[in-house]
Amino acid sequence: MNLKFITTLLLLTLFLNGTSQKNPLKDYKQSISGSELSIDMVAIPSGEFKMGSSINEDEKPKHTVKVNSFWMAKYEITWDVYYLYLNREIDNVKNTNPKREINTDIDAISGATVPYIDMSLGMGTNGYPVANVTHLAASKFCEWLSAKTGFFYRLPTEAEWEYACRAGTETKYYFGDDVSKLGEYAWYEVNSKGRYQKGGQKKPNPFGLYDMHGNMAELTLDQYNPDAYKKYNKKVANNPLEVPTKEYPHSVRGGSWDDDSDMLRSASRYKSNPNWKKRDPQLPKSKWWHTDAPFLGFRIVRVKSPSEKEYEKYWGKAIPRKK
Amino acid sequence: MKNPKKTSKILKSRRNFVKNSALLTGAIMLPTMPLSSMVNVHNDKKLKIALIGCGGRGTGAANQALNADENVELIAMADAFEDRLKSSLGHLTEAFQGTKKVNVKEKNQFIGFDAAQKAMDLADVVILTTPPGFRPQHFEYAVKTGKHIFMEKPVATDVPGVRKVLAAAKLAKEKKLNVVVGLQRHYQKQYIELLNQIKADKIGKIVSGQVYWNSNGVWVKERQPSQSELEYQMRNWYYFNWLCGDHILEQHIHNIDVANWFLDEYPVSAQGMGGRQVRTGKEYGEIFDHHFVEYTYPSGAVISSQCRHQKGTMNKVTEVFQGTKGIALTNEAGSAYLKDFEGNNIYKRKGKDDPNPYQVEHDKLFASIRNNEVISDAENGAKSTMTAIMGRMATYSGKIINWDEAIKSELKLVPDNLDWNSTPPVLPKEDGSYEIPMPGKTIVM
Repeated sequence: MNLKFITTLLLLTLFLNGTSQKNPLKDYKQSISGSELSIDMVAIPSGEFKMGSSINEDEKPKHTVKVNSFWMAKYEITWDVYYLYLNREIDNVKNTNPKREINTDIDAISGATVPYIDMSLGMGTNGYPVANVTHLAASKFCEWLSAKTGFFYRLPTEAEWEYACRAGTETKYYFGDDVSKLGEYAWYEVNSKGRYQKGGQKKPNPFGLYDMHGNMAELTLDQYNPDAYKKYNKKVANNPLEVPTKEYPHSVRGGSWDDDSDMLRSASRYKSNPNWKKRDPQLPKSKWWHTDAPFLGFRIVRVKSPSEKEYEKYWGKAIPRKK
Repeated sequence: MKNPKKTSKILKSRRNFVKNSALLTGAIMLPTMPLSSMVNVHNDKKLKIALIGCGGRGTGAANQALNADENVELIAMADAFEDRLKSSLGHLTEAFQGTKKVNVKEKNQFIGFDAAQKAMDLADVVILTTPPGFRPQHFEYAVKTGKHIFMEKPVATDVPGVRKVLAAAKLAKEKKLNVVVGLQRHYQKQYIELLNQIKADKIGKIVSGQVYWNSNGVWVKERQPSQSELEYQMRNWYYFNWLCGDHILEQHIHNIDVANWFLDEYPVSAQGMGGRQVRTGKEYGEIFDHHFVEYTYPSGAVISSQCRHQKGTMNKVTEVFQGTKGIALTNEAGSAYLKDFEGNNIYKRKGKDDPNPYQVEHDKLFASIRNNEVISDAENGAKSTMTAIMGRMATYSGKIINWDEAIKSELKLVPDNLDWNSTPPVLPKEDGSYEIPMPGKTIVM
């Protein structure tokens, strides 16, 4: 361990201790009634951080962002968990959690269509992260999970994502600037052997989140706006969000098993694009699946439930459920 | 995107040449040439397209056809159901806003069982994308009336249908009609390049192979109280054999066809097993949820074919071939490999940036029409359809199925002259479920 790394760790410990008093949240395991599966959620304290970098134009300027506390999934969402939503076979199993924060009608939530082709592209489903899902599909999964559990789940904002990834660091990666160490923390082009991997095999970040760098590139809630940071040149951004209103582009973070090291940086921004449905032979192309984004996944966050009027902002427009 | 400037210039001058010479040759040739062989000479004329079967795939195919050539127009559509046609037209109109490529007048929107012929009558090029049970009669009519054709796989659901397509395929060749079949792997670089390597003797002679389409299954359409039994089956067509042919045919034909293509022959026999263990509800009609078939080829090569629609099981859609000197593999991400018996790569090709084969098949079709060339996919389409049907016969009956006997089968699944008052060829039992094929008992020919 080099000195720089130890220093970083020390600073992090201070940072985390410093904020933990303000943060009453605790890690927990979200069970899903009717299934043996659960989702590990990690408490992320509220705080302030420097978002962006001076490397790419869309990462400038580095600016101060305030973020409220939230929980973030420890791992990228797996096929196993996503299938619970896709198959819709446990909707009727009542949640016994008495602390429900939201009440939505699970029956009204649109289901994703069953794809004609194998969306895992042969890379495995059992225990592997879900791939090829669209922003709509990931959002509706969150809505379904919220209805199912009574807690408010959604995609992370770009700011939440970068705050959680950095976990107090200001370096290129959450372990420092030394690219030669990236393989210890991430699956990327160099070590992935051309496929995604099961989550949690590499070293986590200081918050205990796995695969924030690499494995699946992760969808965020925000519409991608290359100039988003320019608004905050002189002022502090308070829980910023570029509200998504269009199908493309959305901001995608963390880089993937198919990307080079630069895409994996904490500040790197990438955007979704319609070409990711290139090989969908149908018209209209599926709302729910990409055909050419086997590198694209997501993880979820939980926050205090907003008012019902705001649901659409986080989950997208209601789509009538077809059976 | 489709026509780089250079190509279109060449095309244009070629078209001009043909245009200028057409008057002269036309005048001389007309008396001795049968009218039917003139039908396919299009050159720079506007090509009128009819879409037969307006589901998601048909609409997608129309989209690709309209993108494949500058001077094309969708002028007629046919579907059994008005709502499907209207929604398809809506999507195409939106996709081609600002162009004049979608122009389907109210009177050229045909609904019902006789809609297909009426729409085809108006067109130069037809897109046949109804459920596969109707394909033989549509293809036969299209060939008889001299249309160029794109048709989706499979091209029939029963053996009499296969024979009908084979006969029409022969006629299409004679009439120099272009026929592209939606076995799009033939238009996909991953496969074309891999086969070139095999032809260059990199792995020797193929002696065996394994082909897979193992997945979670596809959509289900719920029965509505207002529907007649016939309408219900037409809407939920995937689960009825007269319309779909079971998933070993409807889906797995792609991989079985790759085996036929790479071996350059068709099997002499098939034997196998299958059943319905997980997907047993009545909403899944009469089809199996798994099939495993062993195909034996004239060269002695044996291909194992497996297809499955079971949630929570291993997904795999790919092909593997063992040669005398090495192994050929494809994967779903578009890569192709050759390996020696120690597992070392002899050849590796990444295909994720290759052109979309669904677009390429239409680009080739229209370029071929423009250049007075002929693509003849129908015979292979029919024979690969027959191969998959033989697999189904094997799993349903549990018996050895020989090509020479099976191809003579008179067992018809698709009734002639259907209308909305017709009784569908299969009916539910009292409890709403359907008769399921039973190995050892079911008669398949």
